[in-house]
Amino acid sequence: MSFRSAVITFPGSNCDRDLAVALEQVSGVAPHRVWHGDAELPDRLDFIGLPGGFSYGDYLRSGAMAARSPIMQAVIEAAGRGVPVLGICNGFQVLTEAGLLPGALMRNAVQTFISREVPLKVETSQSLFTSGYEAGQTIRIPVAHHDGNYFADEETLDRLEGEGRVAFRYLETCNGSRRDIAGILNETGTVLGMMPHPERAVEPEHGSTDGRALFESAINSLVRA
Amino acid sequence: MKVRIHVSLKPGVLDPQGRAVHHALEGLGFEGVRDVRIGRLIELDVADDTSDATLDEMCRKLLANMVIENYRIEKPELVS
Repeated sequence: MSFRSAVITFPGSNCDRDLAVALEQVSGVAPHRVWHGDAELPDRLDFIGLPGGFSYGDYLRSGAMAARSPIMQAVIEAAGRGVPVLGICNGFQVLTEAGLLPGALMRNAVQTFISREVPLKVETSQSLFTSGYEAGQTIRIPVAHHDGNYFADEETLDRLEGEGRVAFRYLETCNGSRRDIAGILNETGTVLGMMPHPERAVEPEHGSTDGRALFESAINSLVRA
Repeated sequence: MKVRIHVSLKPGVLDPQGRAVHHALEGLGFEGVRDVRIGRLIELDVADDTSDATLDEMCRKLLANMVIENYRIEKPELVS
């Protein structure tokens, strides 16, 4: 299997290693580790992961500084060529700030940091990230964030719903997100941003292995393709 | 040239921080506070020939998130 992936590390990322371990466990191949100041990505990538954490100390807005870092220009170009990009938690915030996904992630409506396992509904199995799930399936994956309150205007929300681009929805009150949105896809279904952490639900020791299918879906569809 | 950029949440965007501060003010016994919205003030010191168009671009590209925020550019020496 020749699965070429990259995990980007920004100053303040703290889930980059977890994400790299998850990708390696499922694919058997260690991802390239790329630093935010690098201007170029490795060649012929099959997959790019933007990890969780507090890039640049959440200065200005969560993800705002990271979205303008040198490597993100290369990520935006790669995404434009159809290279799959997964942004988890802070990675989701970076994707919205970079304009790769619509909307914004605001302070949780409850004001507090939320760190717990939450039930999610898989809204679509029609994407390379979610093909290993059944649409409508309930999965349990942890969240850990302060700024996960998804906001977009009604028109954008309607478009996301209409185009089947809501990937995951919270099944219980979580952070105040519009329409309980936990994860969304771009127009081509090749960029996924989500607040919950699938890389923290891969091994039995994690308490849940419901995140594993996300990596398996992506890796299987990409290796087969 | 000193420039102030006032960044504020767009009307209709829920401001949980503002709401918490509102409750805290009421808790301190201040009455008649109808609403609290929290924004951000960014002070820049830029070259005197920096154009308004460039300042606008700075706001749109980085200083404000146009999905949720508005911005207002203030040049204090011209205002006072």
